[in-house]
Amino acid sequence: MPDPSVRYVTIDGNEAVAYIAHKTNEVIAIYPITPASPMGEHADAWSAQQRPNIFGSVPQIIEMQSEAGAAGAIHGALQAGTLATTFTASQGLLLMLPNMYKIAGELTPTVFHIAARSVAAQALSIFADHSDVMSARGTGFAMVASNSVQEAHDMALITQAATLNSRLPVLHFFDGFRTSHEVAKIRLIEDDTIAAMINTQAIREHRQRALSPDHPVIRGTSQNPDVFFQARETVNPYYERFPEILQQSMDQFGQLTGRHYRLFDYEGAEDAERIIIVMGSGAETVAETVSALQAQGEKVGVLKPRLYRPFDGRALLAALPTTTRAIAVLDRTKEPGAEGEPLYKDVAAAVMEGICQGSLPFADIPKVLGGRFGLSSKEFTPGMVCSVFDNLKQSLPKNHFTVGIHDDVTGHSLPWDEASAPAAQAQQDTIECLFYGLGSDGTVSANKNSIKIIGECTDLNAQGYFVYDSKKSGAVTVSHLRFGKQPIRSSYLIGDNRAQFVGCHQTVFLEKYDMLKKAAPNAVFVLNTSLSQDQVWASLPRSAQEHIISKNISLYIIDAYAVAQQSGMGRRINTVMQTVFFAISGVLPKDDAIKQIKASVEKTYGRKGRHITRRNFEAIDNTLAALVKVPLPGDVNSNFEIHEVGAGISDYFIKNVTAEIIAGRGDLIPVSQLPPDGTYPLSTARIEKRNISLEIPVWDEDLCTHCGKCAFVCPHGVIRSKAFPAEAVVDAPPTFKHVQIKGKDYPQGTHISYQVAPEDCTGCSLCVDICPIRDKSNASHKAVNMAPIEPLKEQEKINWDYFLSLPDMDRREVKANTMKGSMLLEPLFEFSGACSGCGETPYIKLASQLFGDRMVVANATGCSSIYGGNLPTTPWAKNAEGRGPAWNNSLFEDNAEFGLGIRAAYDQQRIIAQDCLRKLAGNINQELVDSILNATQASEADLYEQRQRVEQVRGLLSSVDDPHARQLESVLDALVRKSIWIIGGDGWAYDIGYGGLDHVLASGRDVNILVLDTEVYSNTGGQTSKATPRGAVAKFSASGKPTGKKDLARIAMTYENVYVAHVAYGAKDVHTLHTFLEAEAYPGPSLIIAYAPCIAHGVDMSNNHRQQNLAVDSGHWPLFRFDPRKAEQGTNPLKLDSKPPSIDYADFVKSETRFNMLWNTHPERAEELLNQAREEVKQRYERYQQLASLDWDEEIQ
Amino acid sequence: MVDLTTTYLGLNLKNPVVPSSSPLTGHFDDARRLEDAGASALILPSIFEEELIREQEKMDRFVVMQDIGHHEADSFLPTAHNFESKLDQILEKIARYKSALSIPVVASLNGITDSGWVDHAKDLEEAGGDAIELNLYGMNAEPGARSEAIEERYHHIVQRLVESVQIPCTVKLSNQFTGLMHFVTELEISGAAGVSLFNRFYQPDIDLETLQIKPQLNLSSWQETLLRIRWLALLRPQVKFTLAATGGFHGFQDVLKALLAGADVVHLCSVLLKGGPGVIQDILGGMSHWMEDKEYESVQQLKGSLSHQNAVNPAGYERENYMEVLDSYSYSPGVRV
Repeated sequence: MPDPSVRYVTIDGNEAVAYIAHKTNEVIAIYPITPASPMGEHADAWSAQQRPNIFGSVPQIIEMQSEAGAAGAIHGALQAGTLATTFTASQGLLLMLPNMYKIAGELTPTVFHIAARSVAAQALSIFADHSDVMSARGTGFAMVASNSVQEAHDMALITQAATLNSRLPVLHFFDGFRTSHEVAKIRLIEDDTIAAMINTQAIREHRQRALSPDHPVIRGTSQNPDVFFQARETVNPYYERFPEILQQSMDQFGQLTGRHYRLFDYEGAEDAERIIIVMGSGAETVAETVSALQAQGEKVGVLKPRLYRPFDGRALLAALPTTTRAIAVLDRTKEPGAEGEPLYKDVAAAVMEGICQGSLPFADIPKVLGGRFGLSSKEFTPGMVCSVFDNLKQSLPKNHFTVGIHDDVTGHSLPWDEASAPAAQAQQDTIECLFYGLGSDGTVSANKNSIKIIGECTDLNAQGYFVYDSKKSGAVTVSHLRFGKQPIRSSYLIGDNRAQFVGCHQTVFLEKYDMLKKAAPNAVFVLNTSLSQDQVWASLPRSAQEHIISKNISLYIIDAYAVAQQSGMGRRINTVMQTVFFAISGVLPKDDAIKQIKASVEKTYGRKGRHITRRNFEAIDNTLAALVKVPLPGDVNSNFEIHEVGAGISDYFIKNVTAEIIAGRGDLIPVSQLPPDGTYPLSTARIEKRNISLEIPVWDEDLCTHCGKCAFVCPHGVIRSKAFPAEAVVDAPPTFKHVQIKGKDYPQGTHISYQVAPEDCTGCSLCVDICPIRDKSNASHKAVNMAPIEPLKEQEKINWDYFLSLPDMDRREVKANTMKGSMLLEPLFEFSGACSGCGETPYIKLASQLFGDRMVVANATGCSSIYGGNLPTTPWAKNAEGRGPAWNNSLFEDNAEFGLGIRAAYDQQRIIAQDCLRKLAGNINQELVDSILNATQASEADLYEQRQRVEQVRGLLSSVDDPHARQLESVLDALVRKSIWIIGGDGWAYDIGYGGLDHVLASGRDVNILVLDTEVYSNTGGQTSKATPRGAVAKFSASGKPTGKKDLARIAMTYENVYVAHVAYGAKDVHTLHTFLEAEAYPGPSLIIAYAPCIAHGVDMSNNHRQQNLAVDSGHWPLFRFDPRKAEQGTNPLKLDSKPPSIDYADFVKSETRFNMLWNTHPERAEELLNQAREEVKQRYERYQQLASLDWDEEIQ
Repeated sequence: MVDLTTTYLGLNLKNPVVPSSSPLTGHFDDARRLEDAGASALILPSIFEEELIREQEKMDRFVVMQDIGHHEADSFLPTAHNFESKLDQILEKIARYKSALSIPVVASLNGITDSGWVDHAKDLEEAGGDAIELNLYGMNAEPGARSEAIEERYHHIVQRLVESVQIPCTVKLSNQFTGLMHFVTELEISGAAGVSLFNRFYQPDIDLETLQIKPQLNLSSWQETLLRIRWLALLRPQVKFTLAATGGFHGFQDVLKALLAGADVVHLCSVLLKGGPGVIQDILGGMSHWMEDKEYESVQQLKGSLSHQNAVNPAGYERENYMEVLDSYSYSPGVRV
């Protein structure tokens, strides 16, 4: 039974840690990075609410430009005597390393809280492993691990106490996502306990050591060989004392809370012979499995190191049973080339030292094996734990093994059998529930709410973990919920035959995922479907029917969309499906549960949302009436199976890797099938066919004037135009539309077609929005109109395939400087997983159309790297000739430099090639060589001819026996002009990557920089950047950003040799097109800052273009181009392309939630910031106007 | 000194000039200036239930339910713990006005659902509003919407509100009623404490450039007072409750005419937006001079003295008036008719 004196809360690991950090610190420097961002967000929100720490002051939150900046700020804050902290993960931690050495070297107390995450290697990954924290081993920070949400909460306080008492800074880490994002019921530490743990005398001493002109010292000196070494050794006593100090803090905490920790906690048989040593959430799974194995009489145990640095080998050995015979040390990291991973080596050294010192507590020297597990949140299950224990039993066990994957290359992996793993009693008593939802249908929110209800209204323990796919539109969410009387220690997903409740909130998922494989015998399955109980059985895939019958699953159905509609909830089904869960799962008595859901709705909305509350109540009541239990027929009669993505694909890699990942079987792909260097093919997004749209655009060929705007604005490259000779249309499908193209640029007999890819459309309707042509007799009918997809899908699939089979227009004949012409160029960026209506992707797509066949992209980490390069597929594509953009994402902070490196490489290769050409001119053909060397390559025709010439040379070289010929062959392609694009968001360009960006701008090199300016860190959830405008509410600016937006364009213009432009395609599309062409043609650095509406703005993206127009018309986003070539010609290089503000700034601001919510939270401040911003945009326009009106000749003189 | 006092919805007012619902009454500093200038009461900007619902839906969509289903972002805007809805702000405003102003503060409400009307009326009463003006209108453009049914619904709303709150409720009416006289007399039976004649509405306009429909609202002109004066005069003998004139009343002459026809108070809006609160002093001064000049002792005395019942030529308010107006164009502008 829960202790009535204890306050229980149901929160995730990030909140649990941030709670303590905020209570015990005075300055918190933050920077967003997944999965640690929520810690900073919580801290910022609490300070914005004026929530004090235990000392009575409100912690000051400072967002920095990078993690390096955050670490620097913390270093300064600590040196000035405050209590300071920060939160980070992965690359963020790596950026902090230099300062961490300093902080530790100066014996400064602080705790850095790390949601441990993979460090990018062959690929970026946001998921959990310890490669980041292991990179910090040398910094001098103490390192303490937490394994669960409760432990992370507790250890955040214990480490805070220990750092103050010891002066050693602490790196407190817990697993990203598995702990940071797991929602669990925990015991909250009250303020008096926190206060009791904090040594105020130690704080006073910390303050006394601070830099102060009242008692000045110098610290941070530069030392020479004479003393540096000795000085480095002075800290040894602090490290030697730390384990004892930490244990004292743990003991004190244990006395205060009843929760006891040791430096190394052992669980298992007292006479255990086989031991696993492991840190992090995996230890919970091992502990759970140990308990099950123990129940079967196995002599096994688990040792959980809490303190990893300073490493106390003696304490480790002392914590192990003396009966220990074999130890497997599991590391959640990989150090390629090392003889073992760090924890393994530390344990091995401890054993060795025990042997050498004669203090080994075991009868025999134990076997010590090292293994890797769980990289990037790879599942770590009881079956895998058993496999590790089995390995320890072997006379010749596998060392340096891996577990959880199939390594068929080096054979390191252990096999495992999940089905044979015993279940612990706690597991057997746990109720496990699975929910399949759509990213935006509220399933995850509803489940988090259900966990809170159960966690806070019952004595049950609760756990929630949420899995998503990689898409930002039409994403699939799978919620894993567990409830039980015993503490829940299963830190892995719900496995096959385990779920007592399965909810399918979207019918379409039933055809994609074998979700009932997860269902336990006698489980309950709820399907949201519009079909009646008579129809539903036949609509299930065969495997689903088989599962239902063989496992005796109870099938319930509900038409959640109809109930939501009937209750005024539109398409929001979260409340309906939550009610269904409580009505039939039996986790809570139904009436109590309904009461609690309603109470929760009232708590969420209150009087502020009375109308919404009423609708929710109606939905709850209507749900109960609409829920139907379906009597089961005795036989399986379905004639279809779950859709196989790879069907019909012949490419071996795509079929065996890409398609398998899409199908959700990526875990089963063996090592041998994956590329060792992270290289993947293009043109894979097109195989996904996600079918997420309910409506698609339909072209009215009679009305259309072929302006191309619809194709231009389509964020997903779904609606396309193609011009072709009429005679090319042979055996066209009957509904395929094509007409004579309008305009004098195209000869008679040239036909055009606008065709939609029906299965790739996201239904954003922006094509219809931008269409300028209306039926003269019916203004609501345009040249393109949305229509329900179902009656059209099959025919349009056929039409799309036919459209693709038609030839593309020769690029040399396309008038690329017209909208119509440019849209005849094939997009080489298509069907991305970006949000429906994304404001970024049209710019990238445009670049791919204009320059894609000779484009190399350096892409900063962020939204564009995720929708551009997150497996399983990529939207980047090749054309029919096999050419297309080559793409890479280096890091977040270094993208400009990365792109510059690519530029330098191509320039160097071109120089080498030209040199070789000159040397080989006699062997080849002087005229040919001259024409290559002198080629302008300014137009598509020029480029075509250059490619022809290069191919000619390639052919000739084969017969030239000269080392220069071989060298030339390797760099020959560099003779065709490459278009280098450096792409990223404002977080990169304005903040973390600004230093590099500035340097690249100053370099004068020919690169094209595209800044997709959403005015926040979109990918990590809308945190403030220096691009965020004044008065906007964003994370880290909960009370509105008090400072103005940085004018990056004007800064860049000061170099005077940089092409700089502001564009907003939804406001002035041709301007955007011309800007891209000019920027790319400019032979120096070009900077295009592109306005990109984002869902983070709190607007419906169907209003994307309206918002761009408002931004331009209000002066928020002036359009201009600064072209240094004009200055060379004696004219003013700056041209303002938008008129002075024609609408009040308030008209723009009040149309977006990011601004107008400030009127709901800080109305007076909102008015004040609005007035400042209004004046600011006016002045900015006037300044640009003044610059643009300068007489350039006079200026020069 | 003439006595300018009047009664309005059972409240004793120092004069009949009451600023109507406008942005001016919504700003605290302006409200104080209005009081200082002589306003005897003021009506706050309307609470539009439709607007509150939209705000709630927007909050639900963009603040409460932000998830798109991505690992890296389960929301995009910070949760607003101190979120104050428009309703909260209006209710706080009423409380603030009540503590700072000595004149009655009338709240204005436009509902679209039965529960919305009642809930919000209770909120306004609880916040300290002295009365509620029901901004009762709807387009009712559905083909099946019969006028009787519409009027019945309006009566039902008024009845429910009157039963739900203790403070007086007045109804601001559209002039688009076929049987206005009957409707208004029934409102009195339903328990309303008065009516305001007439509301002015945004009208849709067509943008010839974009072919979009855009709302338009122009400031009123004095010509609009004539319709109101006529109906005040016609209604005054038929009802006992408060009659308020609103729409186009700009000068003291307009105000006097409304009072003579039967109004208890006259609401000002456009003239205040154009001329500022000081206009009230001019109007009160003008009224006083006129009344002194004409030897009226009090507003009470002149109210309704030219109503349909009391007018020398009551037929002038009736239909044949139409012909006389046309005829009047034959006179030169300087001739009083």
